[in-house]
Amino acid sequence: MAKDIRLVIKRQANPKSADYVEEFVIPYFPKMNVVAALMEIQKNPLNAKGDVTTPVAWDCNCLEEVCGACTMVINGQARQACSALVDQLTQPIHLAPLTKFPVVRDLVVDRKVMFDNLRKVKAWIEVDGTHDMGPGPRVSPKVQEQAYRLSKCMTCGCCMEACPNVNPKSNFIGPAPIAQVDLMNSHPTGALQRERRLEALMTEGGIADCGNAQNCIKVCPKEVPLTRSIARLNRATTFHGIKSWFNK
Amino acid sequence: MSHSYFWRKLHSLSGILPLGIFLMVHMFINSMATLGQENFNRGVSLLHNIPYLWFFELVVIFIPILYHAFYGIWVVYLTRNNIENYRYFRNWLFYLQRVSAVITLLFVTWHVIGLRFSEGVISNNITFEFVSAALNQPVILVLYLIGLLASFGHFANGLWSFLVSWGITVGEQAQRTAAYGSFVVFIILTAVGINALLAFI
Repeated sequence: MAKDIRLVIKRQANPKSADYVEEFVIPYFPKMNVVAALMEIQKNPLNAKGDVTTPVAWDCNCLEEVCGACTMVINGQARQACSALVDQLTQPIHLAPLTKFPVVRDLVVDRKVMFDNLRKVKAWIEVDGTHDMGPGPRVSPKVQEQAYRLSKCMTCGCCMEACPNVNPKSNFIGPAPIAQVDLMNSHPTGALQRERRLEALMTEGGIADCGNAQNCIKVCPKEVPLTRSIARLNRATTFHGIKSWFNK
Repeated sequence: MSHSYFWRKLHSLSGILPLGIFLMVHMFINSMATLGQENFNRGVSLLHNIPYLWFFELVVIFIPILYHAFYGIWVVYLTRNNIENYRYFRNWLFYLQRVSAVITLLFVTWHVIGLRFSEGVISNNITFEFVSAALNQPVILVLYLIGLLASFGHFANGLWSFLVSWGITVGEQAQRTAAYGSFVVFIILTAVGINALLAFI
């Protein structure tokens, strides 16, 4: 049975040009996802009116919801195009680039700010040298389990997109890097830089800018316990702030 | 620690201590009206005759309100609400927290001008009769009902948010229990506040 899929896509030729909306009608096949739908446009770049147009550009990589590259706004919500199955979406399917990042072209955005923020909060574990330092410290299974859940973050940007306090007016770093501070601080070697990370979270645009709308935990495709990490670090930064004031 | 962290935390704290406490005390004192006209008037004159009244008004009420209001306007400005796409319960409350903030600010400004500064810096005309005459005008009564509900909702949800922002409620279960607790605070304040309001009618 031949069925058609209607796509309404917000497009933009380059970072400086104006955006516009273009509609496409593509043939349906069972179990197709949004990436497959975009590939159909690439094969035959005709819009709904039948005019030849440029194929829609998008980013994707792993195709199994692990890399985060194909994150876009699908029917109003941020999610990965690879795990968005056409059968489960209401039509016409509206596609748009993420709104919290600069658009490169069509559905491709530059998520550099997320990596800058990871750098800002020192989301890594420092090892001073490449020489043999013996076995690392032991980590309890409880901490390992918690760390695993936090380590699933793929920097896709869904939490940034859904957060009302992440926008061009504010400097808020967003939920993702805060959870990574929780991850790095939970590791015994990472904990050596614990206070430096807490201090980074206490700068402008840091953890205090969270307004507890808690959209992040709802939209996170990897079920990273973002709001728990934020609350834990609210406690840690509060104690750290009081302690350092009395030690001044 | 940067200054922004401190000021943001102070904004969260000032909403509970002293402003939330003051709101509850205010509703308690208003409730004297439920015991009759003389009782209310006696309560008001007692309040007007406590030592260092100006200090309490300035440090416990005016400065915190002005700080909470002005910093709060900035916080409201920094938000780009998105309830049309993300219709989650918490996101609704986040949005309503900002709506109620604006309503409360307008209400409190009007209320303070009308009742606290009605005769200049010192007003001695606050009596049961004076308040009763004002509240018996339907428009004023409705505006007061809206203002009370907005401030109670803002305080109750702010209490929940305070517990998260200060790292007191961390886990999901703790946050859910705190939400029920905040709702109870809202219901009690609403019952007490409206009961006191209707005592003037």
